[in-house]
Amino acid sequence: MSAVSLAASVRSGGRSARSIVEDHLAAIEAGEDEIHAFNLVMADSALERADRVDAVVAAGGDPGPLAGVPVVLKDNMCTRGVPTSCGSRILDGWRPPYDATVVQRLEVAGAVLVGKTNMDEFAMGSSTENSAFGPTHNPRDTSRVPGGSSGGSAAAVAAGFAPLALGSDTGGSIRQPAALCGVVGVKPTYGAVSRYGLVAFASSLDQIGPFANSVADAALLLEAVAGHDPMDSTSIPAVAPDLLGVLDRGVEGLRVGIIEEISGSGPTGLEGFSPDVQSRLAEAGEALAAAGAIVEKASVPSTVFGLSAYYVIAPAEASSNLARFDGVRFGLRVDAENTVDMNAATRTVGFGDEVKRRIMLGTYALSAGYYDAYYGKSQKVRTLIVEDFARAYESFDLLLSPTAPTTAFPLGEKVDDPMLMYLNDVCTIPSNLAGHPAMSVPFGVGDDGLPVGVQVLAPANGEPSMFRAAAVLEAAAGGAL
Amino acid sequence: MKPDSDVSVPGRITRDDVAYVARLARLNLSDTELEAFTGQLADVLDHAADLEALDLDGVAPTSHPLPLSNVLRPDVPAVGSADEADHRLFCDEVLAAAPAVEENRFRVPPVLGEAP
Repeated sequence: MSAVSLAASVRSGGRSARSIVEDHLAAIEAGEDEIHAFNLVMADSALERADRVDAVVAAGGDPGPLAGVPVVLKDNMCTRGVPTSCGSRILDGWRPPYDATVVQRLEVAGAVLVGKTNMDEFAMGSSTENSAFGPTHNPRDTSRVPGGSSGGSAAAVAAGFAPLALGSDTGGSIRQPAALCGVVGVKPTYGAVSRYGLVAFASSLDQIGPFANSVADAALLLEAVAGHDPMDSTSIPAVAPDLLGVLDRGVEGLRVGIIEEISGSGPTGLEGFSPDVQSRLAEAGEALAAAGAIVEKASVPSTVFGLSAYYVIAPAEASSNLARFDGVRFGLRVDAENTVDMNAATRTVGFGDEVKRRIMLGTYALSAGYYDAYYGKSQKVRTLIVEDFARAYESFDLLLSPTAPTTAFPLGEKVDDPMLMYLNDVCTIPSNLAGHPAMSVPFGVGDDGLPVGVQVLAPANGEPSMFRAAAVLEAAAGGAL
Repeated sequence: MKPDSDVSVPGRITRDDVAYVARLARLNLSDTELEAFTGQLADVLDHAADLEALDLDGVAPTSHPLPLSNVLRPDVPAVGSADEADHRLFCDEVLAAAPAVEENRFRVPPVLGEAP
């Protein structure tokens, strides 16, 4: 049942929030051992919360647009008094003293928090295999990865553990797992959703967004958490756009460009795209054309350099952000004779290999003598990508690409080869570098029967038309999975 | 690190470079880890060498996607405010989450020289 209809039934008194939460807790109980979507299931507090929502309805009040709907949170969003691990040993035992803005907004909207989901440590990864607490399995085929880094959130929604989830997307960490698990995943415009209480990875790229089983449900959740927040100095100072109200407007007359360079076509296109993924993309273009959009090939040449720039910029920002994990104020401390040794002993034990790799990469790229060659150059490439998108959006309203080059790959296949793993993000990274919104919509399956995601990209604040196109694609693909 | 004004991509990262960077980043690496990380970091930096093909003269750097600057909250003192008690509770919770505290402060091992 969709989140939209669950909330409607609770608000009208047709169904209790408690019964909805009990059903989802039962689904978790039955399936979690196989999937491992969660770092923490909050059964008791979820039931208490559901009773409070039901009490509001019983008293004639309205609990809000997400009344009684179970929502799960990626475990890098702060929940007051509730462990928040970021998939890392270094935050062992830490309970945040405050709620993230998204958590406060979910409370106001009447949602019920059911758990904190597993993730690649500090959101660094594309398979959720970098969690200190073991990997999450893809519910569509448990021998495969769910994608990452928000793999637990994607898997929880795909497995029916919760109709809605929040994740964070720095280079594709919402969209890629959404594609691999066959659900909808949205990275909003940078600044559309407050980052207050989101543990920082790469601050100029990080953005919170929704996972759902349908485009309408994703819109419902995004509307509930989006909008200006004075606690985040990078929050867009404007009212969040109406999405649910525009979903059925179609794509008649919209100009849609299929980006050649990140769909494995054209003379300068990247390689490594499976033919079945390319076929689904072509069919998605045809579906939009059949609905009245004008669909053509588009060129955004510098997108091919996105990956190289990203894997300098994101580690550089991470090396700075993760300096705060030093054994002084939060979580783990490994004692030593003096503070510097204590810092190093704590970080050595507390961080996993991928986090160490990225911290060292970032430290190197920012160090004297290498700053201009790596970080400075990457920031200029970021400008080229912004300018190329601006040129493309003179001719197009929306752009289209695959979300990921392949369907879900087997657990263990890429975990020992970081560069191979990073190549998963070639299609999603450009939108983060530009600060633009993009979303993944399930569109059929590959030759292996696993879900394929199509990515719809829009210019900054272009969520309304992006969601309209996503709704058309969803209908063409046979409705919500 | 070598001072180097040339902005072309420097030579391949060495084991010594990685050991130096690990020390800066407060990470202790075993010899085996040092070996493995050196190869992996070199792979990623080799990929970044793609950027050599681009003419970036005169291109301004982008550090951030939003054209916002000097965004500040109102500067309101907590002491004497209506929610002073909340602020004190917040401080208590922050300290409660720390590995070691003493007299409302974070306690750490000696920073300089001998313990007092």
